[in-house]
Amino acid sequence: MKARGPAPGALLATLACAAALLFVADLALGSVRIPLVGVADALLGRATDSAWASIVLIFRLPKALTALSAGAALAVSGLILQTVFRNPLAGPDSLGIGAGASVGVAIVVLAAGSAGGSAFLSGLGLAGYALLSIAASAGAFLVLLVILLFARRVENGVTLLIVGLLVGYLAGSLVSLLVYFGSPQKVQVYLGWTYGSFSAVTARQLPVLFAAIGLGLAMTARTSKSLNALLMGDRFAESLGVRVAGARTRALLAAALLAGAATAFCGPIAFLGIAAPQAARRILRASDHAILIPGAALLGSVFALAADIASQLPGGGTVLPVNPLLALIGAPIILSIFLRGSRQEGSAR
Amino acid sequence: MKDAADAPLLSAKGLAIGWGGRLERRLSSGIDLELRGGDFAALVGPNGSGKSTLLRTLVGFQAPLSGEVSLCGKYVYRLTVEERSKRAACVFTDRYDSGYFTVFDIVAFGRYPYTDARNRLEARDLEAVTSAIAAVGLAALASRRFSELSDGERQKALIARAIAQDCPLLVLDEPTAFLDAPARVEVFHVARDLARSSGKAVVLSTHDIDHALRYADSLWLMDGLHRFSSGAPEDLATSGAIGRAFDGEGFRFDPRTGAFRSVEAGRSFAVELDAPAGVSRAWAERLVERLGLVVARHLHEGSEAIARVSIEEGEAGPLFSLREAGSGSRGSEAASYGELARLLADLAEARERTSK
Repeated sequence: MKARGPAPGALLATLACAAALLFVADLALGSVRIPLVGVADALLGRATDSAWASIVLIFRLPKALTALSAGAALAVSGLILQTVFRNPLAGPDSLGIGAGASVGVAIVVLAAGSAGGSAFLSGLGLAGYALLSIAASAGAFLVLLVILLFARRVENGVTLLIVGLLVGYLAGSLVSLLVYFGSPQKVQVYLGWTYGSFSAVTARQLPVLFAAIGLGLAMTARTSKSLNALLMGDRFAESLGVRVAGARTRALLAAALLAGAATAFCGPIAFLGIAAPQAARRILRASDHAILIPGAALLGSVFALAADIASQLPGGGTVLPVNPLLALIGAPIILSIFLRGSRQEGSAR
Repeated sequence: MKDAADAPLLSAKGLAIGWGGRLERRLSSGIDLELRGGDFAALVGPNGSGKSTLLRTLVGFQAPLSGEVSLCGKYVYRLTVEERSKRAACVFTDRYDSGYFTVFDIVAFGRYPYTDARNRLEARDLEAVTSAIAAVGLAALASRRFSELSDGERQKALIARAIAQDCPLLVLDEPTAFLDAPARVEVFHVARDLARSSGKAVVLSTHDIDHALRYADSLWLMDGLHRFSSGAPEDLATSGAIGRAFDGEGFRFDPRTGAFRSVEAGRSFAVELDAPAGVSRAWAERLVERLGLVVARHLHEGSEAIARVSIEEGEAGPLFSLREAGSGSRGSEAASYGELARLLADLAEARERTSK
């Protein structure tokens, strides 16, 4: 009765298949091409070629799993921000939340105690990585709080983005100060982190990433009902019995945790957080968060996996940084939102 | 038992509304009102008199400056948000960015207070949504996107959402703003029928005093001078309360027609109408008033009859013959209201010139 075109369920299943295909492709492709049979053997632990097995299990599987989960986390975080701020251009990076997370990471990496050296990041134990994600999430949430404070006073969405930009600059200047006073080795580590990569996470650290993102997604799923109401405005939501301030804070906590964890492990990943939820809305033709949350998560995984595969394309051991590749996908999507938005304003209001 | 049934659904005593704090702004005080199930009240008043504030205070969205509002026997401002959402359903004037939501989806929001954490619609909810959509006559558009609707259809869908919320009190803030004339009448119809058929209490605020007088069981009037009065529409119209609230430079409320009309300064010319009551006469009266003249029946001091118009029902519509006052047999004929208007206007202008 409500459906137009394919049912959302079928579209979600298609997206899930696409994510699965890209996941397998991400395991098979790279500087060394491994046939699908080899990938399957390695995964099932009956590998005949031990080199292939170690490439798949030690390098590519953690990387693909990281791309899968970080992509989903950033996309869902962006979806929440777009809904809560009722702004299609809101996202972890456009609101300066990635910058906030960077401050958290910079403080841990550059200012933390004695554990120095270039092995700092990879040498961190599980506790260290948990600390890193907590610091990044805290930085992200702090920025969100500042933006929330402004959001109550400024109705205009563009103004809000400018506030986000300024907050981002502020966070950036804090980071520069930390970098200025940091030891060269630590700065090196920090700068490497800022390029954004899915490959820095080892199999041992994955559980921390999974736990943080799993918690964030579970929190998001619980807010899906109130997110729908918030999309229609605060007064609308309140008249339906939603405790607006509480619901908004819970949703933003989830968004900060998701963006913070993904940023802590993969560095600031640009565009994905804005572009994936937008694309999900258009592909699924839905505004219901019960559909959009899984949809954005799957599409975020698809984007991240595609970018990771593309980053391996040059072959011969050369790996491109992920961020510029995501910008190639993301920038046109955001541009088209701008163009469509101004057209709609011209006709509808 | 009888007492419980007789108790008003919504009542306020000595209510003062506005914004508190350092920059206190009192919009109105001493508000006493009552509303029972099955009653339809219309809230009218000039812009800035505090209509929206009163409505928000009545449903507990805003704290009263003093006094209390009781809804279903409980002080409304002390209810939790959830409790309120099952007692009062509100439609505000906000514009919504509804994305891909369909009319059905929007109306289904009304079931929000009743659904589980996953917002699944049970059979009971689906039934409530479908019947709410039918009640406002949007059944054919249920699967249409909300954003594709006309303003009138949107308003009806939002009212359906409030109906689906299944509360004893329904509050509509200016539901007829932005609507064309037929859609406005429809909204008033829907509101009245809802009160009559479901026993809900309905309040709406509006600038359509004309429709409010025709449809509402009681009129709540805020006069922009911090005063509030309520009563049957006829009482407020004839007591002059509406006039006191709205009359301004150059126009005033006419209790005879229930509409506002402009008041021409200086002396006025009158026209006698020689015709039985009926459609033709009614429109001839309107024409006379539109030209700034008065119908001689309502002759008042300082006005002077300038013509007598008799109306005859012809085959293709009314025929008018016009006889100038004090000119013996001089007269002319008009076959349409337009011609009659030109004749009368010329005559009035000529008289104006000679009298100077």
